[in-house]
Order: sequence, then C-alpha cells, then structure tokens
Amino acid sequence: MTDFDQHARPAGGAALAFRNATIGYDRHPALHHLSAHFPAGSMTAVAGPNGAGKSTLLKAAIGHIRPIEGHVEVSGCRRSEIAYLPQLAEIDRQFPLPVFDFVAMGLWGRRGAFGGFRRADDEDVARALAAVGLVGFEQRPLDTLSGGQLQRVLFARLALQDAPLILLDEPFTAVDDRTTHELMDVVAGWNAEGRTVVAVLHDLELVRRRFPRTLLIARRLIAEGDTAAVLTAGHLAAARRHVEAWDEAAPFCEVEPAR
Amino acid sequence: MTAADLLSIFADFAFMRRALAGCLVLSVAAAPIGVFLMLRRLSLTGDAMAHAILPGVAAGYLLAGLNLWAMTAGGLAAGLAIALMASAVTRLTPLREDASLATLYLVSLALGVILISARGSAVDVMHLLFGSVLAIDDTALTFIGIVASITVVAFAVMWRPLVLECIDPGFLKAVGGRGALIHVAFMLVMVLNLIAGFQALGTLLSVGLMMLPAASARFWTRSLGAMTALAMVFAALSSLCGLTASFVANLPSGPAIIVAAGVVYAFSIAFGPAGGLIARFRPARHHRTG
Repeated sequence: MTDFDQHARPAGGAALAFRNATIGYDRHPALHHLSAHFPAGSMTAVAGPNGAGKSTLLKAAIGHIRPIEGHVEVSGCRRSEIAYLPQLAEIDRQFPLPVFDFVAMGLWGRRGAFGGFRRADDEDVARALAAVGLVGFEQRPLDTLSGGQLQRVLFARLALQDAPLILLDEPFTAVDDRTTHELMDVVAGWNAEGRTVVAVLHDLELVRRRFPRTLLIARRLIAEGDTAAVLTAGHLAAARRHVEAWDEAAPFCEVEPAR
Repeated sequence: MTAADLLSIFADFAFMRRALAGCLVLSVAAAPIGVFLMLRRLSLTGDAMAHAILPGVAAGYLLAGLNLWAMTAGGLAAGLAIALMASAVTRLTPLREDASLATLYLVSLALGVILISARGSAVDVMHLLFGSVLAIDDTALTFIGIVASITVVAFAVMWRPLVLECIDPGFLKAVGGRGALIHVAFMLVMVLNLIAGFQALGTLLSVGLMMLPAASARFWTRSLGAMTALAMVFAALSSLCGLTASFVANLPSGPAIIVAAGVVYAFSIAFGPAGGLIARFRPARHHRTG
C-alpha cells in the first residue's frame, strides 16, 4: 500500500472572494451586494454589529447557503477541504467517544470513512493535542470537558484537517483570556504556515492586536483593508447605523430582477 | 428443575432449537442498532418504524399468505415509504421529525390492522403483532441469518461516518461526508432487522430486543465498543431466559423475551456502575485537584 499523498495545492493557502454576492434566508438578504476578497495566505478578521451577516458570510463560503445573486469563489482548494469552526457547533457531548477519537476525525480528508489509522496518524493526533495544551486528555470523554477545553479540542481537530483555508466563527466567545491568548497563538501559527485565516470576532481590541486585515460589514460592505484603516470611529458608527431590523414587508431590492 | 433440565428443552425440541438459534443471531444484529438508536436519541423512532411496517407485512400476507418473502418485501416497502415521507415532511414543512413520524406511523398501524382484519382473523393479527416461536422454520432462520450478515457488514462499513453523524453532523457535512445517505442506510438496516424479528417476536416487540439491551449496556460502560458487545450479550441472555420461561410456563415467546430483557434493564439501572442508582447515591471519593 502506498503512503497517502498530499493534495497538490498552491503555496500560500487558498483564496476566497465574494463578487457582488447577495446572500440571505427566505429572500431577505443578510448580506447585500457584497464584494470582498480574502487573498491567499492572508489573516483577516470579520467585524460588525450583531445581525451584520458575519456568520452568513462564512456559511456561504463553505457552500451551506447559496448566494441569491452574485458569486462566492474559492480558489486553491475544494470546498470540502475548507476547515470551518461554527459558532455553536452542534456537538452531542453525551456521545461516548474519547477526546483522542474525536480529534482524530480531523483526519477525515486523509483517511475518509474506511481508511485504517497508522502509527503516523496517531502521532499527528498526539501532536495536535499537544499544540493546544491537552496532553493527558486523550481518553477523557467529551462531557467531562470545560467550555475552554472543548474549544481546544475543536482547534486540535481543525489543525488536523490541514486545510489551506480556515474559517472561524466567534471562536473565543465563551473562553477565558488565557485560553484565548493561547489559541490565538495557534491561529497565528496556522497563518505563518501559509494558510488563509478568516475569523469572525467581536473583540475589536484582539482584532487590532493580532489581525493585519479586517473586513467591516453591516449587511453590506463598510470597509475592507488594513485593520488600522478599517476600524476607525467613523466606520464603526456607519456600521452601527446600517443594521436595521428584519423587515418582513421590505420592498424588493431594485437591483434584484423583477419576479 | 435443574439448569441441565432447562437446557435439555433445546436439545429435545427442534422448534425450540430453531427459535433459540434465530433469537441469538438476531441479538447480535439488533444490539448495535439499538446502541446507535439510543445514542442518537431515536429510541422511539425504532418503535414507530415497527408500527409503520405493519401494513406492508399485512399486504404481503393478504396476497401470498404466510409467505416470508412476500411479507418481507411488503414490510421493507412500507418502512422505506414511511421513513422517506417522514423526512420529506420534516424538510418541507415546519413539523419536526418526531411529530411527522408519529402521525405517519399511527395511520400506518391503523391501515395494517384494517388490512389484516379484512381477510384474516384476530389470531392472525395477534400473530403478526406479537409473533410466535413456532413460526421460525428453516426459511425464517435462513432469512434471519442473511439479515444479520448484512447488518454486521453494514456496520463495519459505516461505523465511522455513523459515529461522526451522531456526534457532530455539521462537521461531517463540512468535510463532504454523506450524512443523509448514512442515515438512510441505517434506517434500512433497522427495518430489515425489525422484519427479521417479527416472526419470533412480532412487529411490535422486535424493537424491544434492540432497545432494552442497549439501554441496559449504557449503565455498565462509557465505551462505545464495549457497550455494543455488552448489548449483544444482554440480548442473547434475554433470548435464552425468555424462551426457556415461555416453554416452561407456556407464555407467548416474544413478550417473555422482552420481559427477560426488562429484568436485565431493571438490574442495570440499580447496579450499573456508569450512572446506576446505587452508584449515584453512594458518595464517591473524588480526586484531589492539582
């Protein structure tokens, strides 16, 4: 049996682009005519008020929501190769599976549904657990973990996916400062390896400190580019103004073709 | 009566031997299904499907009499139709899966009873609902063997995606795993086992051989593999005791087996170390922190 071969992928991760994309549920767009670009190897924070369409943006990137109009393009990898950490992972923590086996699921892209695990795979899983500070947790069941520990487990699985494009939806929401700091180092490490990182974040201080690029949205693009140039008082005020309530009777957008 | 006397029942009577062989093979196949039904919180889905297959089995019975293959084909068709209709209703309307399944299986059960009583007698209805060991002939035994073999192979193939579909369906979807396909395959295997079980246990009780041993095993271990193996042992033990009791005390075999499984379950609730009542109320010594 030959050893598994890595998928050939261009150096510097994968790129993600939104071209005039309108994305929404039930014809009420959460994101309006958005054009944005996440270059290969970049590290970008997505910021904006609640209801700005940040999670929608990530779901459209992995193809869970199709744009009503426009395009969402992923170049450099297949959609199924994108690593995605949802805001509220629907994980059944009562299921009797030890941490090691759960994290090993990150090797799905390599081993699939049936491939046997080799010694090298076990070592990779152990390394991923060590990288997030969970040595000694291998046989612990998931329901004994704290919120921060579970987030570390999810990060370990994400690392094993070896993805060129990593999407994180509010990864530090229920996590203390120390865990945030350590996991942020892990994310920076991924980016240093050339992977493209897109993270939805509320903590603007964290964004200013650790993310070179920022996309500020409020159901439409407010600003995109260097974090310092995007997170200005003027832009943030504009973002707050632009998030209006979900209006059941809103008139059809005039750019939308007549039905 | 000694244990040897009890076991000689199976040596002396061919129909008891066939019943035991059938139930033991069923135990091996039904246990993993029960474990996953329980862990996916679909315990009542198994029950609903057992009701749902009844009109199909009845239609087969009406068309071809007590013909195993006709009843199997009918049961499979009805089970699949109900499962697909339930998931279609769930997907296309605001109704949740439990509600849509409940409505469909109730109608299905009513249709089944009407179909049987249109041509047959109350005895036939009782036979289909609660089974009879005398019904396990060589054809039925062969069928049980085939279904069990399919089940074991199916679980070997879909174990990993099935576990992932249970624990984190969003992740399976993101990495391109076919969660819906796995779900359908699992339901198909379950329906096959319900049909295989209905001759010995009846359509309503064959789900008991899945759920009770699985629920009992949950109280003894937290490991998925051990839980499955233990569920098989419990199911086999219940079959042996239930069949013996049904012969000695002249009880209907299906209910006797399920009651035996119920005794195992009660014992597990009381004494199981993993969440059993006694383990729960005895104060455990805990580790020091740091």
